[in-house]
Amino acid sequence: MAENTLIKTIFGRLTLESLPIHEPILVGTFIVVALLGLTIVGAITRYKLWGYLWSEWFTSVDHKRIGVMYMVFGIVMLLRGFSDALMMRAQQAISFGANQGYLPSHHYDQVFTAHGTIMIFFVAIPLVVGLVNFVMPLQIGARDVAFPFLNNLSFWLTVSGGMLVMLSLFVGEFARTGWLGYAPLSELAYSPDTGVDYYLWSLQIAGVGTTLSAINMVATIIKMRAPGMTMMKMPVFCWTALCSNVLAVAIFPILTAAFLLLLLDRYVGTNFFTNDLGGSPMMYWNMVWAWGHPEVYVLVLPAFGIFSEITSTFTGKRLFGYSSMVYATVVITILSFLVWLHHFFTMGAGPSVNSFFGIATMVISIPTGAKVFNWLFTMYRGDIRFELPMMWTIAFMLTFVIGGMTGVLLAIPPADFVLHNSVFLVAHFHNTIIGGVVFGLFAGMVYWFPKAFGFKMDPFWGKVAFWGWTVGFWVAWGPMYVAGLMGTTRRVHHFDDPTLQPWFVVAAIGAVIILVGILGFIMSIVVGIRNRDKLADTTGDPWDGRTLEWSTTSPPPQYNFAFTPVIHDLDAWYDMKSRGYHRPEEGFRPIHMPRNTASGVILSGLAFVFGFAMIWYIWWLAALAFAGLVVVSIGHTFNFHRDYFIPAEDVARTEHARQPLPAGA
Amino acid sequence: MSASHDPVDPAHHGHGHGHGSRRGYWIGTLLAIVLTVLPFWLVMGNVLRDPQVTAILIVAMALVQIVVHVVSFLHLDTRSEGGWTLLAFLFTVVVVFILIGGSVWIMFHLNTNMMPMSGPSAAMG
Amino acid sequence: MPASRCRQVREMSTQGHSAATTIADRDTWHLAEEDDHGHDHSGGATYIGFWIYLMSDALIFASLFAMFGVVSTSYAGGPAPREIFELPLVALNTALLLASSITFGEAMPHMEAGRVGPTRIWLALTGLLGAAFVCVELYEFSNLIAEGAGPQRSAFLSAFFALVGTHGAHVTVGLIWIVVSLVQMSRHGLSEDMKRRVMCLSMFWHFLDIIWIGVFTFVYLWGVLR
Repeated sequence: MAENTLIKTIFGRLTLESLPIHEPILVGTFIVVALLGLTIVGAITRYKLWGYLWSEWFTSVDHKRIGVMYMVFGIVMLLRGFSDALMMRAQQAISFGANQGYLPSHHYDQVFTAHGTIMIFFVAIPLVVGLVNFVMPLQIGARDVAFPFLNNLSFWLTVSGGMLVMLSLFVGEFARTGWLGYAPLSELAYSPDTGVDYYLWSLQIAGVGTTLSAINMVATIIKMRAPGMTMMKMPVFCWTALCSNVLAVAIFPILTAAFLLLLLDRYVGTNFFTNDLGGSPMMYWNMVWAWGHPEVYVLVLPAFGIFSEITSTFTGKRLFGYSSMVYATVVITILSFLVWLHHFFTMGAGPSVNSFFGIATMVISIPTGAKVFNWLFTMYRGDIRFELPMMWTIAFMLTFVIGGMTGVLLAIPPADFVLHNSVFLVAHFHNTIIGGVVFGLFAGMVYWFPKAFGFKMDPFWGKVAFWGWTVGFWVAWGPMYVAGLMGTTRRVHHFDDPTLQPWFVVAAIGAVIILVGILGFIMSIVVGIRNRDKLADTTGDPWDGRTLEWSTTSPPPQYNFAFTPVIHDLDAWYDMKSRGYHRPEEGFRPIHMPRNTASGVILSGLAFVFGFAMIWYIWWLAALAFAGLVVVSIGHTFNFHRDYFIPAEDVARTEHARQPLPAGA
Repeated sequence: MSASHDPVDPAHHGHGHGHGSRRGYWIGTLLAIVLTVLPFWLVMGNVLRDPQVTAILIVAMALVQIVVHVVSFLHLDTRSEGGWTLLAFLFTVVVVFILIGGSVWIMFHLNTNMMPMSGPSAAMG
Repeated sequence: MPASRCRQVREMSTQGHSAATTIADRDTWHLAEEDDHGHDHSGGATYIGFWIYLMSDALIFASLFAMFGVVSTSYAGGPAPREIFELPLVALNTALLLASSITFGEAMPHMEAGRVGPTRIWLALTGLLGAAFVCVELYEFSNLIAEGAGPQRSAFLSAFFALVGTHGAHVTVGLIWIVVSLVQMSRHGLSEDMKRRVMCLSMFWHFLDIIWIGVFTFVYLWGVLR
């Protein structure tokens, strides 16, 4: 007996049964992951790269390095999230009538929950944050973000949360509640196992990282623009980055509070969202969607910004209607706070409430439409170069607009009563997120990849990726619009109606085509690396760009700009090129830079341990980890030696090594 | 808000965040004390005998006191950080009102329209 | 390659002024003199950055207020505010916290003038008042729990404990920050870094007093009036 208590005290509710040794799919996955992991770790060890990785990447506070790490993390998680998608499509293609498919509902529910959670929190957010991180400081002529250490910490906190979700594959189980964890299903009474706890702790930890990052980006844009760059001379991408991060600062606290209250319900026995003792489950829905709706604008606004940059660059024209783009972005930001109830029209708030939010939802399509017209007017009579970023932009315009229209359709409460929680809804949000956010991210990655790495991605495989995604998206989701209009419910692992099967089979084929697109994307990087000499960007300005980042080398030096640029006009680099700008050859000064730090990695590691311990009720470990967090945080504040100077000679040497600009530039 | 009388600290060149005057600070302190004592007195002494009027009055006093704190103690004005702190503050106020007001409005309607779980039938527990 | 045409330029303000008119020369492409902020590598962004953080914290509290507002009458057959709130104790707590804001305000002119001794004394006093506040609150909480009015009893009580408890937790973090500041001031005096940090702590402390205004008004006084 005493032994039993001792084991329970040491291990909490973690037992050998928590390991999925009886689940063949998971065992197989574990073997593959373990082999892959060992190969990577082995290779790094063999080539003695740990020191390099630690000092040049993991502890770096350089926004460019952190941005790249975010992108790598996001793409890795994309592969995991997409595996979940393939599993769902496979299951739903075959599970009709007597055939129960290969995935029992107990697991299917975890798969769709993990899919949504990972795609939003650990793919979309990191990719957007990573791109903003890399590009925005360069575009405003700054040397780094306002708080470089915080930037590093934010990245590792996000990774920490992601690792907790990944761990749930092999130790314990994940949530089965859907990606938002609705109460009362997510309450202890109905989800007593570790699933919801994994969900909550991983997202709380990652959420802290996202909030801190958002504060960082807003402060950077406000305070660190180069002299002469007034707000209305700032690139549109920076405007969308500002509005997106302002939104994030405003809404993540709401999610933090909602999760905190649910955690209290689950750990302390409070009654915020329970069914009894006065609890109000709908308040959870309310809070979580008050976060959830603005969140999609957090994701899509930077995508809009990317398209603005690409459209003007690849049509060789200034963006049409800069001011109206700015106003439209700000209006979208504000309106996005006024629509959240449209996610639960059917829950009984009544006609007056539903009408208000329905109308507000329809109104928000207007500034978005204004943006589309501005892009079209930019293209009109322009000298369009149909390079890959421009192709993605055109695919976005066609795809996203349709997704937006189905959104306006759903905004009408009576229509929503029919379509709520059908696969029509699922098609709508995949339409806007893939057509808007994902296409935007791919466009941005192809566009800025040469800036980050010094060579372009391989164009052939890039086109494979493009066509795979564009065709695959419509083959996968077109049928879902139809099936949804016919009344098919979402999150269902088995169907009785055999007439639906053709739609799901086509959808599964679409998913495979998208897989080709994803593999094409990976190949475009791999082949690009192999052919990097042929694809090299020697001038720093491979696309004839218009904004400041293209004035630096590819990749930029650690300090970005040897001299802080002075800005005179919108499209600053275009202004510099067209008015005879020459790069200074002398007069370099020492440059003040922040030091690397290990605190971010350590704090995030402790947060991971804390989260794990809380999930498994290992209280002694949780207390220890928490104490560690406090001690390390306070200890970090005692470090007053956080900076150094790059000597002027080093700056001179880097600058003199640059290729001269082509004649006439 | 009265202008700063403190010598401009050279290290703060152009930062533009507020350092209020002593006089403004003492006015703010006095107002804060009065605006704290008054509501407590009104409620604890059952002075007005009308709970609804009292409720409205103490909310009004709370809002005024918040403004007093923000102006006198946090030195918020239109110049601080080029107006950005004021903008951030106003934006937050708007979001707070939307969040609290919107939530209460929505939840009130939901509770009215849907089956009561507890509340009026609180005795069921 | 023609020689660079950099000119000497005063450092420009980037704060939204129409700098195009202050830049003498449209052919000036670079700042020649870089104004180094010494250790302040954030380029003076600390204050606005911390202010924005406070706005996000305000929204956490707003969410907790919203939750409280929604379940403020969900007593589930358990105790209602009138039965459990002792307004004299709340008045005492409010006085302690307001006093601590005042003592912090007393510290600030000394801090700005670089007088370490008086700054530390006023800061320590603030900490003592804040500690007293937390003790009174813990006393109140333990009494409530002992008489069966703990956070598990009803949604109303859950929301009460969460809102007031989160505020108390923030005050506790402030207390730890005060202690750390006192230690760091004894070692580093009032360097630019220390001044910035104490300024942030001051903003944090006043912010918590503002939240408390909401708490005592909407939770305690309204609760008793209902």
